[in-house]
Amino acid sequence: MLTRNHLLAGTAALVALSLFGTAGAQTPIKIGELNSYKVFPAFLEPYKKGIELAVEEVNAAGGALGRKIEVVSRDDNGNPGDAVRVAEELLSREGASFLIGTFPSNVGLAVADFAKQRKVLFIAAEPLTDKIVWDSGNAYTFRLRTSTYMQTAMLIPDAAKLNKKRWAIVYPNYEYGQSATAAFKKLLKEKQPDVEFVVEQAPPLGKIDAGAVAQALADAKPDAIFSSLFGADLAKFVREGQTRGLFKGVEVFNLLAGEPEYLDPLKEEAPEGWYVTGYPWSEIKTPEHTKFLNAYQAKFKDYPRLGSVVGYATVMSAVEAIKKAGSLDQDKLIAAASGLKLMTPFGMVEYRPIDHQSTMGAYVGRIGVKDGKGYMKDWRFVDGKDALPSDAEVLKMRPKN
Amino acid sequence: MSFASIIIQLLNGLAAASSLFLVSAGLSLIFGVTRIVNFAHGSLYMLGLYGAYSLIEALGRTPLGFWSAVVVAALAVGLAGVLIEMLVLRRIYRAPELFQLLATFAVVLVIKDIALFVWGAEDLVGPRAPGLSMAVEILGKRIPAYDLLLIAIGPVVLGVLWLLLTRTRWGALVRAATQDREMVGALGVDQAKLFTSVFFVGSVLAGLGGALQIPREPANLDLDLSVIADAFVITVVGGLGSIGGAFLAAIIIGVAKAFCIGIGTVTWFGLEISFSKLTLVVEFLIMALVLVARPYGLLGKPQAVQRVAADPVPPLTAPSWSMALVWVMLLVGVPLVADRYVTILLTDIVCFALFAVSLHFIMGPAGMVSFGHAAYFGLGAYAAGLLFKRAGLPMEAALLVAPLCAGAFAVVYGWFCVRLSGVYLAMLTLAFAQISWSIVFQWDSVTGGSNGVFGIWPSAWLADKTTYYYLALACCGTGIAFLWRVLFSPFGFALRAGRDSPLRAEAIGIDLRGFQWAAFVLVGTLAGLAGSVYAFSKGSISPSTISIGQSTDGLIMVLLGGVETLTGPVVGAAIYTWLRDVVARHTEFWRAVMGGVILLIVLLFPQGLVGGLKALVFRWQERQA
Amino acid sequence: MSDAVLQVEGLHKAFGGVRAVADVSFAITAGEMLALIGPNGAGKSTCFNMLNGQLTPDAGIVRLAGRDIVGLRPRAVWRLGVGRTFQITATFVSLSVRENVQMALYSHAGRLRSLLQRFGAAFRPEADALLAQVGMLDQAERPCGVLAYGDLKRVELAMALANAPRLLLMDEPTAGMAPKERVALMELTAGLARARNIAVLFTEHDMDVVFSQADRIIVLDRGQLIAGGTPAEVRANANVRAVYLGSAH
Repeated sequence: MLTRNHLLAGTAALVALSLFGTAGAQTPIKIGELNSYKVFPAFLEPYKKGIELAVEEVNAAGGALGRKIEVVSRDDNGNPGDAVRVAEELLSREGASFLIGTFPSNVGLAVADFAKQRKVLFIAAEPLTDKIVWDSGNAYTFRLRTSTYMQTAMLIPDAAKLNKKRWAIVYPNYEYGQSATAAFKKLLKEKQPDVEFVVEQAPPLGKIDAGAVAQALADAKPDAIFSSLFGADLAKFVREGQTRGLFKGVEVFNLLAGEPEYLDPLKEEAPEGWYVTGYPWSEIKTPEHTKFLNAYQAKFKDYPRLGSVVGYATVMSAVEAIKKAGSLDQDKLIAAASGLKLMTPFGMVEYRPIDHQSTMGAYVGRIGVKDGKGYMKDWRFVDGKDALPSDAEVLKMRPKN
Repeated sequence: MSFASIIIQLLNGLAAASSLFLVSAGLSLIFGVTRIVNFAHGSLYMLGLYGAYSLIEALGRTPLGFWSAVVVAALAVGLAGVLIEMLVLRRIYRAPELFQLLATFAVVLVIKDIALFVWGAEDLVGPRAPGLSMAVEILGKRIPAYDLLLIAIGPVVLGVLWLLLTRTRWGALVRAATQDREMVGALGVDQAKLFTSVFFVGSVLAGLGGALQIPREPANLDLDLSVIADAFVITVVGGLGSIGGAFLAAIIIGVAKAFCIGIGTVTWFGLEISFSKLTLVVEFLIMALVLVARPYGLLGKPQAVQRVAADPVPPLTAPSWSMALVWVMLLVGVPLVADRYVTILLTDIVCFALFAVSLHFIMGPAGMVSFGHAAYFGLGAYAAGLLFKRAGLPMEAALLVAPLCAGAFAVVYGWFCVRLSGVYLAMLTLAFAQISWSIVFQWDSVTGGSNGVFGIWPSAWLADKTTYYYLALACCGTGIAFLWRVLFSPFGFALRAGRDSPLRAEAIGIDLRGFQWAAFVLVGTLAGLAGSVYAFSKGSISPSTISIGQSTDGLIMVLLGGVETLTGPVVGAAIYTWLRDVVARHTEFWRAVMGGVILLIVLLFPQGLVGGLKALVFRWQERQA
Repeated sequence: MSDAVLQVEGLHKAFGGVRAVADVSFAITAGEMLALIGPNGAGKSTCFNMLNGQLTPDAGIVRLAGRDIVGLRPRAVWRLGVGRTFQITATFVSLSVRENVQMALYSHAGRLRSLLQRFGAAFRPEADALLAQVGMLDQAERPCGVLAYGDLKRVELAMALANAPRLLLMDEPTAGMAPKERVALMELTAGLARARNIAVLFTEHDMDVVFSQADRIIVLDRGQLIAGGTPAEVRANANVRAVYLGSAH
């Protein structure tokens, strides 16, 4: 019979096991990765696959410093408090050499600050916030993804060329949407001083009342719309706007809407003619992308999303930093990451010494519809380094030391 | 806004209100009869959307395919509701009040992962309604034909429900049970059958509300939680158990949101006010206003005094000094043997333990359930961060002053809250928490907006994780000991007395509201201490510390451990934090596993972990004797 | 009239246009047992609830020892020396019998605001004395939640006596008790009232109890007083026989 003592002993053993973990052989180099897997699964499932592919390739090629690499992943629940805890766990329990990952801005910024406190390298994969490398930048944090500012800046030439007077703006009400809007207004105003922003709508993330918002925008009679909606908000906005005729005769610019994560769910309703940033995966013919695409499709029997590229390139950045540093010493890693150049599916990128932002570019184009699916047409690749502000401006924003 | 815009936004609001009404009516019905705060109601709505999507794909995008898919999806969701009721809730009707909330929370976790597993992570955009995909021109503006249909469906469903409730025997029973649950039991009605049928109808309404949204909203995994908060607000604003009230409330909130969007940005006296941003919180503002003016919602009635079916709350027993000493010594000793991470996890646990104990103090012995306890935790954390970063206070001073700031908020919020009781009180606390959250979320220049505040690290002498753990242990341990001590003081007894019988308390000269208000301030201050300690342990804080999620975590901890025991909340905080850490690390579908574990605990220990263990020990001792 | 503990004049109360109590006047003196009777719905409970502040009358005067107490909250009325028991017992079920009585004693002494003292250390002998008087001392340690109904009524009585009241308001004090217990409880009450010179106003359904224990009886019907006097007088009153006793017996 199971007595209470047995039960207690069992529980104690279980607790002990989980508390103290299992000390294993230390052969592979561990890289600690954390992300909000369950909060943003649409983006992060492909991202995770990108990571797996990268790890496989790196290890097949002999790893780094003569050791295999291992990426230890944790779910941060989309919550900065949890993120800081799992980051600590990755470092102190798992013996991770440094940290990569994160998705939402607030988590990215919290982990960046943690990295500074802990004096470890952190390569932020996905957070788009400009603050992570500028206003709140620090020596230990690097960021791969083309930032909000950069993606917005990439759309500006087209926006300015149209020379539309009356702009309407809609954005999800949090850091990403706010800074996209701020950057857009600032940059467009510079190019086109007479521009007017006639209406601004800031629906809560994931909870847009699309009908009412579309109506409010239409009431302002704009010539053009700048939107930074994505996900379910975008899908709702597109449908309501189309039904209500909001987009008739109006040019629309939408950050991220060309990313397969957000474009594909729209299927045949993908809004034709919108100017977007995104990832036309089936049409990029560079050797580095073709190699990535083939490997990805062979491994997962699925096409890559932008998240896949981000996951893949993040791990590759980490590995290249290790190789360049020739050691796992944090100072050497930081020094190596600063100015690190590597090849990604989007071509060569460099982590700029000035602000630790990578020069990863993005694809800018317009949405077309073909065979009941949206795709990016007339696209061009914009190198990230051409979409960044001047060094003087960056230095002004970024805190010293 | 032009006249035409006003009309169109009104129609937009009414269309949005329609689905919300269906969901809320179901929630209200279920709550009215069973008194269960059904967290899983939003998950049922989400299943309605997913189900309708799949069925339409299977049946074809024809009018027949579309509408049969909507109906079948709603009925299928009804069956899912029945399943939940029969497999889980039926077994715990006699558990302490609100314990069922824990079970439905677990169901939310499980359903979310099931949906992820079955339908995948990508949003699923459903088709437009066949035959209704066009827009209708009204006053020169276009509005989707489908929206007009939705506007009509709301009153139709209201009418059907009204007939059902007033013209059938089932309806009479439901109304009777809503007024006085025991009376129905006394009338010899098969309560189990009644509950199951109510769950079916309520779930069908949730499923229908979801399925009807398919042309307007992509099926996605965030729908459950985003809709449940709205549904609760509408139910409470309308008055619990009042279907007509839910209808009214849905319209008020739907239309208010549409008008906030329609009005957009306005400049008053040189001050720019964005009504569009107000949509973040407008329903909670309305709820706060309604509840302050009408303590039972718009059309609700004061509830018949519930002589709860459960047994009376057992007396609390004070912990013994020797046991407490053993635990303190164990906790002090852990860093000497365990690794660094254990210390960090324990720091989280002691913060949450104080948070949970302070919540337990108010919801258990003081009898005032708070759904918004994170307000004080979060405001304490923010106060600490802002005093340190912006006001330049030394870290030690910020740590200790911050709880007083949280307490100051509790003075204001508590004053309003103690005027209400039951779920209305709980929802008013939530309203205040959400209002605080939205201000913190929006006020970029001070609070850092959605990003939060960074760089709030402890002073050098406390920077070491072990040292900080000892500080956290000392602060939170003292807090917990203090709260427990107070529970056994005349003040604490007066609160317990007031919970047992407000009537009697008043009749022997106790100013119950005054005591309850003081209790609010006390627990607000101590939750603030927990938040303050937490903030410095993380180095940063974000609005999520004030969020509904944080409040829910607190409730889960208290209920998991056992609301009727003293040490339950501490055990609950420890187990929940530890479980989440372990489960999330080892499994991909950790939410489902977590939900499963909680369900298991719920079914095995309907008094919570500590309550259940106590009962076991008691039975074991009896058998020995 | 000056020796009246409680004096009620012209009490009125209506709920949404429905008259519940109309022009009720009576008085009660120290040491007196006054029964308020009447058929169901006659307005007894409404009347009662206006006396201790739970309801505010639409019109009328309620004087306690000469002082107007209309508009005071129940707790203030209690502070002026009015004890109360309820039709459905209201005790603190999670506390022990002794703690229930101690609660009333602490409250009377204004000592409930302390945060750090231990509750229960003070007023123990006083509580036990009261419990002894109502015959509940042997159950002092039991939680109220497990008591028999009749015992709960006794606990309520002890609590009502804790502030040394000059007036006891007892709403259906014996409802739900066995007939033998009823008489016993009311005899106990009457004894205590006379010994301590407390005025007792009670409503009661059991006519045996009423006629054996009350010094005086007033009869309420459809909100109005229709008779009053000694048990013998009331028994003989034709009005009462018509509207009340006729239907009750």
